[in-house]
Amino acid sequence: MNLLFFTLRRVGIILPTLLLVSVMVFLLQHLLPGDPAIALSGDEHDPAVVEHLREKYGFNRPVLVQYGMWLGGVLQGDFGSSYRNKITVLELIATKLPVTLELAIFSMLIALAIGVPLGIIAATRKDSPIGLIANLIALSGISLPHFWLGIMMILIFSVNLGWLPSSGFVPITEDWKQNLTSLIMPSFVLGSGVAGVITRHTRGAMLQVLSSDYVRTARAKGLTERVVVNKHALRNALMPVITLSTIEFGRLLSGAVLTEQIFSIPGFGKLIVDAVFNRDYQVIQGVVLVAATLYILLNFVADILYYAVNPRLRG
Amino acid sequence: MSLRRVFFGACLSILFGQAAMAQTMRVGINDDPDQLDPALSRAFSARLVLSTFCGKLFDITPDLRVVPQLATGFEWTNDNKTMVIKLRPGLKFDDGEPLDAEAVKYNFDRNINLPGSLRKSELLGVTTVDAVDPVTVHVNLKEPQAPLPSVLADRAGMMISPKAGKALGQNFGSGPSCAGPFKFVSRVAQARIIFEKNPNYFEADKVSIQRVEFTPVIDTTVRLANLQSGQFDLIERVSPTDVEQIKKDSRLKLTVAPDLGFAYLQFNVNNGPRGKLLADPRLREAIDLSIDREALVKVAFQNTFIAGNQFVGPASYYFMKDVPVPKRDVAKARALLKEAGVPNLSFKLIVRPDRDFQVPAQVIQAMLKESGIDMIVDTQENVTGLNNGAKGDFDALFSFWSGRVDPDGNIGHYMLCDGSANSSKYCDPEADKLLVQARQKVEPADRKAFYDQIGRKFMKDRPLISLWYRQLFIAHTAKVQGFVAYPDGLVRLVGVKM
Repeated sequence: MNLLFFTLRRVGIILPTLLLVSVMVFLLQHLLPGDPAIALSGDEHDPAVVEHLREKYGFNRPVLVQYGMWLGGVLQGDFGSSYRNKITVLELIATKLPVTLELAIFSMLIALAIGVPLGIIAATRKDSPIGLIANLIALSGISLPHFWLGIMMILIFSVNLGWLPSSGFVPITEDWKQNLTSLIMPSFVLGSGVAGVITRHTRGAMLQVLSSDYVRTARAKGLTERVVVNKHALRNALMPVITLSTIEFGRLLSGAVLTEQIFSIPGFGKLIVDAVFNRDYQVIQGVVLVAATLYILLNFVADILYYAVNPRLRG
Repeated sequence: MSLRRVFFGACLSILFGQAAMAQTMRVGINDDPDQLDPALSRAFSARLVLSTFCGKLFDITPDLRVVPQLATGFEWTNDNKTMVIKLRPGLKFDDGEPLDAEAVKYNFDRNINLPGSLRKSELLGVTTVDAVDPVTVHVNLKEPQAPLPSVLADRAGMMISPKAGKALGQNFGSGPSCAGPFKFVSRVAQARIIFEKNPNYFEADKVSIQRVEFTPVIDTTVRLANLQSGQFDLIERVSPTDVEQIKKDSRLKLTVAPDLGFAYLQFNVNNGPRGKLLADPRLREAIDLSIDREALVKVAFQNTFIAGNQFVGPASYYFMKDVPVPKRDVAKARALLKEAGVPNLSFKLIVRPDRDFQVPAQVIQAMLKESGIDMIVDTQENVTGLNNGAKGDFDALFSFWSGRVDPDGNIGHYMLCDGSANSSKYCDPEADKLLVQARQKVEPADRKAFYDQIGRKFMKDRPLISLWYRQLFIAHTAKVQGFVAYPDGLVRLVGVKM
């Protein structure tokens, strides 16, 4: 199967998938109990205001009509505006996505920097205390609740030591130093969870590769263990890890809700949580659609990369 | 350039940098405001932020008296059907436009006529507004409306620049221009809202802070951690569970004010099929008598709140000092249930997921059990609960009213037959008559006579039962001087130094 055909086949799946996602998110949020007009109408829920809001935002129209109107807008590049603060959904996404992207990139770098070496150690020293410790570190990264870890880090590094800012985000264009310091703790919190997963997968992939014939041959030829692991085994073991990392990166982009709440990072996660609680349908729909698109595209890129590096897939 | 000069320059820039930072007040707020438009905003956080930069015709004192701000005063004429407002001469908006009687008229018209205006219901009694001369406004009413001055001490009295209002229309919140001590600089949704000192403000000489930054942080623990670490200078809505910790921290100061509102259980007495269960007032009395309010605030809030059963708190002039908080009486509660023919009453209480509702709900559940009442806690997210309340799909719901300066704002919408928050569908023509009469009396002493009757009716008929009044806790670092907490919970920065 050549690369072009492979690519076209994947692209052919993307559009129907996105359409299905849009239908699901639209219908699911309309199944949420609670009248959004009441949510938007203030403390006293003036009936005249509630009725005005229903009329203005089309809440009193059939769900299919509302979906059709929204989809028509999206196809013309109009994702609507937040009911709550009138900012356009595209503007909200344009301001929040780079923040979450930056947080996801730093988290992923930390995850890889911790996870891959730990996974190699866990595999090559599997019968030793060091291997056990590596496994325990991975497990704790997966097990420790982000919320708890985040607050503990704030208490230690911000409140007691005063080394790092406890919350907030400064754009890199405003001050790159403050930008970096504001991301250290949240990136570590997010990255530690992903590092645990990467460690486990790297260990599993390495163990499989280290028991293969060509590695046995390399050892038989007298190559040092270091050369065997780093030059021969690691390259093949990293292929599934690349795929996994791409998927994890996509999950990070979908919004690290708890971490963003704790550290007041104005990213996707915070945006969508607030939108759900305020029944801000337009924002929910727009953000979920964009997040789904990014996730699908990332998986597509991972598939292409995997196809390109793995000759067995070319048939 | 010599090394000495470079060193000197660096020291100076650090010093001035510190000074500039010291002039920036960083405030942690509970949530991101909705629209920064007095006519369209509904969230408390928006009210808090708006009050920073939007001057009002009137304001309140810590003891809830209405005092002039942009206005110099008011008087009632024409059988109390016209409110004559006098403005300070020479006022300007932060965009340089004059704040005169025509601008005030524009604001009234906007609040009443803008589609979706949430202020319209607050100004229902207003028929016309006349700009008589540059500093005199006549607000003409259908009937006398005593709450109007206190209404104009809130969002309905916040004056926006007509130039900005006309240019931006419903999107005024994207670039607001008002006449307060600060002016809007920028906003990143859910991140920061920045203001700087407004040189046009009439009391600019009393404003020493140059810049204000608001940052929303939902979690109270994280908000406090930010204050302790120095990220914030002041935080609002401190959790009662953090009060002791703040008191012990020498870096921080706590200011307290009695809140305007009250927590309550609202009963469905006549709203749809589920209105039959608690329609009998003896059952509601039994529920009321089963609750030990003192114990409730002790267990749920470490005694930081005040037990009560009236619709206004102790700070209000209209609070009935001679009416004690009722003592728990389980024997009488059981007798009432038996008399009503429901010795084993069971009902569902809609409760929000927040800790400040869940914990007291569980305490109440345990208290009611001793009277033989099975109260089931039905946790529902806020919007869902409101919706079910409006539809009548509830037995009882547990909620909180943030309160208004005027007593009418605390009771009218719950007890009037067509009250906007009357999910109970309680309707008593006598109560309606008293509430309307209380609104039309302008002298506080006259109004108090009516509100005393209304209060007694409220406590006897029990469409709601009030449980406690909050205390508002605002914490700040020790370097913030001159901050005073007000019962409305707003952050006033005129006269505050750092």
